[in-house]
Amino acid sequence: MANLQFTALKTLWRKECTRFLRIWVQTLVPPAITMSLYFVIFGSLIGSRIGEMGGFSYMEFIVPGLIMMSVITNAYANVSSSFFSAKFQRNVEELLVAPLSNWIIILGFVGGGVARALLVGLIVTLVSLLFVDIQIHHPVMLVATLVLTATLFAAAGLVNAVYAKTFDDISVIPTFVLTPLTYLGGVFYSLILLPEFWQWVSKANPIVYMVNGFRYGFLGVSDVGIGTSIAVLLAFNLALFATAWHLINKGVGIRS
Amino acid sequence: MRNALEIKGLRKTYRGNVEALKGIDLTVKEGDFFALLGPNGAGKSTTIGIIASLVNKSDGKVVIFGDDMDKDLVKAKSHIGLVPQEFNFNQFETLLQIVCNQAGYYGVPRPLALQRAEKYLKQLDLWEKRNMAARTLSGGMKRRLMIARALMHEPKVLILDEPTAGVDIEIRRSMWTFLQEINRQGITIILTTHYLEEAEMLCRNIAIIDKGRIIENTSMKGLLSKLNIETFILDLPANSLKPQLQGFAYRQTDDHTLEVDVPKATGLNGVFSQLSEQGIQVLSMRNKSNRLEELFVRLVEDGRTQTSASKEAQHG
Repeated sequence: MANLQFTALKTLWRKECTRFLRIWVQTLVPPAITMSLYFVIFGSLIGSRIGEMGGFSYMEFIVPGLIMMSVITNAYANVSSSFFSAKFQRNVEELLVAPLSNWIIILGFVGGGVARALLVGLIVTLVSLLFVDIQIHHPVMLVATLVLTATLFAAAGLVNAVYAKTFDDISVIPTFVLTPLTYLGGVFYSLILLPEFWQWVSKANPIVYMVNGFRYGFLGVSDVGIGTSIAVLLAFNLALFATAWHLINKGVGIRS
Repeated sequence: MRNALEIKGLRKTYRGNVEALKGIDLTVKEGDFFALLGPNGAGKSTTIGIIASLVNKSDGKVVIFGDDMDKDLVKAKSHIGLVPQEFNFNQFETLLQIVCNQAGYYGVPRPLALQRAEKYLKQLDLWEKRNMAARTLSGGMKRRLMIARALMHEPKVLILDEPTAGVDIEIRRSMWTFLQEINRQGITIILTTHYLEEAEMLCRNIAIIDKGRIIENTSMKGLLSKLNIETFILDLPANSLKPQLQGFAYRQTDDHTLEVDVPKATGLNGVFSQLSEQGIQVLSMRNKSNRLEELFVRLVEDGRTQTSASKEAQHG
C-alpha cells in the first residue's frame, strides 16, 4: 500500500512539474524579466543614490527579498491555478476516483508548487549574479527559510483553489493580500527605517519574518529574531496544511 | 460466484433537502454485464458517483468485491474503473500522459504503465494519436480515450456512464464489440445508457431506477418476457384497399402505412393471411419502437402511478 501511495505521489508531482515546464514562457520567463528590471531600476539606478542599508549596498540588501518575492508569487500561483484548472476541467476526478490518500493529493500539488518556486528562485539568483556578488552567510537558514516559505505559499494556493469558484477568485488573494504584504514585508527597506509604531505594525506581517530569515541566510543580518522567523514559518505551514487536509477530506468544492 | 457490487439502503440527500436516492439496494454478480437505466434525474449518476467516490453518500453501504467503502476505501476503489459521462481529462495533456498518469495514481509503475498504454490505446485505435493533445481528438476518440484510461489499472469492475453518448453508429458498434470482449475476459461491466437498444444488446441483467428508487431489477430476458404485445409497422403500396383485420388492434396512419398490435401468443401469420385474402400486398415491415423502450416507459409510468396513488391514499 505504501508503494501505491509513493508511486501515486511521484506521478502527481511529475505531472505538476510537466505542466509548468510545458508553459515555461508563462511560468519561468516572466519572473526573470521582472526581477532583472527590479535589479536595474532599484538596484543600479536608484540604489546607487540610496547608499548603504543594513550595512550592505542597496543592491545586496534587496537581492534576498526579490528572490523571496519570486518564490512566494510562484509557489502560490502554481498551485492555485493548477488545482483550480483541475477542478474547472473536472480532471481532479482522476485523483478522486483513484485509491490515493488525501495527503498524497496535497503533497503532490504542493510539491509541484515548491518545484516551480525553487526553480524560479534559482533563475532569479542567477540573474542577480549579473548585478552583484552574492555571499551566503548561513546556508542552512537560507535553505530552511526558502523551502518552508515555498511550502507555505503552495499550501495557501491550494486552500484558495479549493474555495475558488471562478478564475477571478484565484487572483483576488494575490492582488489584494499577497502583493501588498510582500511589498510591505521589508523587501526594499529595513524595518529600522520606520517609526516605532509602523515597525510594530510591520511585525504583524508574516512575510517580514520570511524575507528577514532568508536575508539572514544570505547576509547574516535580520530585523527580527531568527528563531521567531522559523517559528512563524512552521506555525503557518502547520495551520495551512491542516486546513488543506480538512477541506480535501470533507470534499469542499470537489465532491457533491 | 462472488458479488462484484453490493449496495444496501443507499441514500443521498443534496442541499435543499433534494432526495436523489431514497434507499436503494442493488447486487451485481462478478462477470455480469449489467445495465442501470432510468430517465434523466432518476439517480443513476448519483449512484455511480457514490460508488466512484465522487459523491458523498448520506446513508447506506457500498461493498465492492467484498471491500466495504466505509472500512477500506483504498482497496474498494482499486477494484473500479470509471468512464464518466462528461470528458474529464486535461485537454492540454497528450493521450499517453493522461493514461500513464491515471495508472500511476493506482500505483502502477511507469514502465508497466507504458506497456499497458500501448496495449489499450492500440485496442481502441488511438495509438497513432498518443503524442497529440487530447483537445485535438474527435468526440468518439475522446470517449475511447476515457475507456482506455479506466482500464489502465486493470480493474475488476468497469463502470460506464453513458459511454456512447454523441458517438456515431460505427464507432458505437466497435465500442460494443470491445466491451463485450473485455467482459468475456472477466471484467464485470456496469453500464448506464440512454440507448435502450444498447442495453438490450449488451446486458444480461438490468435495474431500472426512477426518482431515487429501484423499480425493477431482473434479467434482461425476464424483463423482455413481460412484453406481451409488439407493434409492427407495415408498408403497403400507395392507394391500396383499406385493410380490415379481425382479432387485431390496428390503425392506418396514412394510405400506405398500417400499424398493427400483435400479441406474442398470436403471431404475425393471421395478419398476413387476412391482408392476402383482401389482395393487399405488404412491401416491408418493422417494429414500431425498440421493445425495451416500450417496457421502460411502461415501468416508469406504472411506478409513478403507484407512487402517486399511495400518496393520495396516505393523504386521503
